[in-house]
Amino acid sequence: MKNHVLWQIALTFASLSLVAMGGANAVVPEIHRQVVGAHGWMNDATFAQLFAIAQAAPGPNILLVSLIGWRVAGMTGLAVATLAMIVPSSVLAFTVGRLVNRLADAPWISLTKAGLVPVAVGLIMAGGMVMARAAVHNLFSLGITIGAAIFVLFSGRNPLWALAGGTIISLLGLWLGLVK
Amino acid sequence: MNTTDNIVPGQGDPTPLALKMAGHISLKELFLGFLKIGLLGFGGLAPVAHHVIVEDRAWLTEQEYASLLGLGQVLPGGNIINLAVIMGDRFHGVWGSLTALAALMAMPLVILMALALLYERFAGLAIVRSAIAGSAAVAAGLVIGTAAKILWKLRLSWIALVFAALAFTAVGLLQLSLVPVIVVLAPLSVGTAYMRRRP
Repeated sequence: MKNHVLWQIALTFASLSLVAMGGANAVVPEIHRQVVGAHGWMNDATFAQLFAIAQAAPGPNILLVSLIGWRVAGMTGLAVATLAMIVPSSVLAFTVGRLVNRLADAPWISLTKAGLVPVAVGLIMAGGMVMARAAVHNLFSLGITIGAAIFVLFSGRNPLWALAGGTIISLLGLWLGLVK
Repeated sequence: MNTTDNIVPGQGDPTPLALKMAGHISLKELFLGFLKIGLLGFGGLAPVAHHVIVEDRAWLTEQEYASLLGLGQVLPGGNIINLAVIMGDRFHGVWGSLTALAALMAMPLVILMALALLYERFAGLAIVRSAIAGSAAVAAGLVIGTAAKILWKLRLSWIALVFAALAFTAVGLLQLSLVPVIVVLAPLSVGTAYMRRRP
């Protein structure tokens, strides 16, 4: 049974590794679809919580996947999920890195990027929607989400400030009895 | 900010990077550099990676960094993870890649585990649940704000905006499976970019 779950974890994230354009945020909708929907490993609330914890830690945003692996199958799950997400894309990067030795004059990179960026941005926005659906339960949390979006949009400061601010506002809400 | 006295002379000269970089940096230095990037990479790795690689250690010039990062961005997977793999290989081959990758992931994973264990231990408390609910709401907003900011900054052409809107609608609203959406949209969008740039 346990091996079965580990195998599913490996398969799920390895297949996402090679389509994660611009990192993990673009594949958040699919991770959510698989983890909450198809496999039923956790509910919306837990997913949103794990996403928040992953954001609070330093490092690449694929840590969400590590955390999901941990939640589903402990330390082994964490290792399997992390490796499944990293290894396929890294092997590709390694291979392409060797093929592309002359980087100073490689117009195909900027052209390919110009084509991939719009799709990636659309997917990241979709990821934000999925996250908001999971994390927003009332007007209070909606306000926090909108506030955080505005913070990123108009301030160049480290997003960690928004994370700290939102957490404090949420605690104030609890203290004042505004939310449960 | 400006490191004109780089260890690598001749910005923009198309010599293969592998030649320039060979032997400059030990595995230990590589490990420590990427350990620092991982440890300090709160809220995204890109700023600290640039700081360590270009300004602090002067391993690459601005231009070399931009090219390598561009390659990392075009490839699937985390940008800085890809950068670590490719840079590690340029410095020390496969072992360099593994070293840079392990160093990059080590501290974040340790901190993540500490946070996760704290969460597991204290998730029952109302105050902890509320704090996490608050940061989850923030995290959603951060992702939306980041996407909006990229859209704002890039001043995309109308056709690029159409592709962004299609990707968003297909995955965010219609909740279609991601892989087929990418397999269809990415080649179309890249193809369009090539067509538009070519005179």
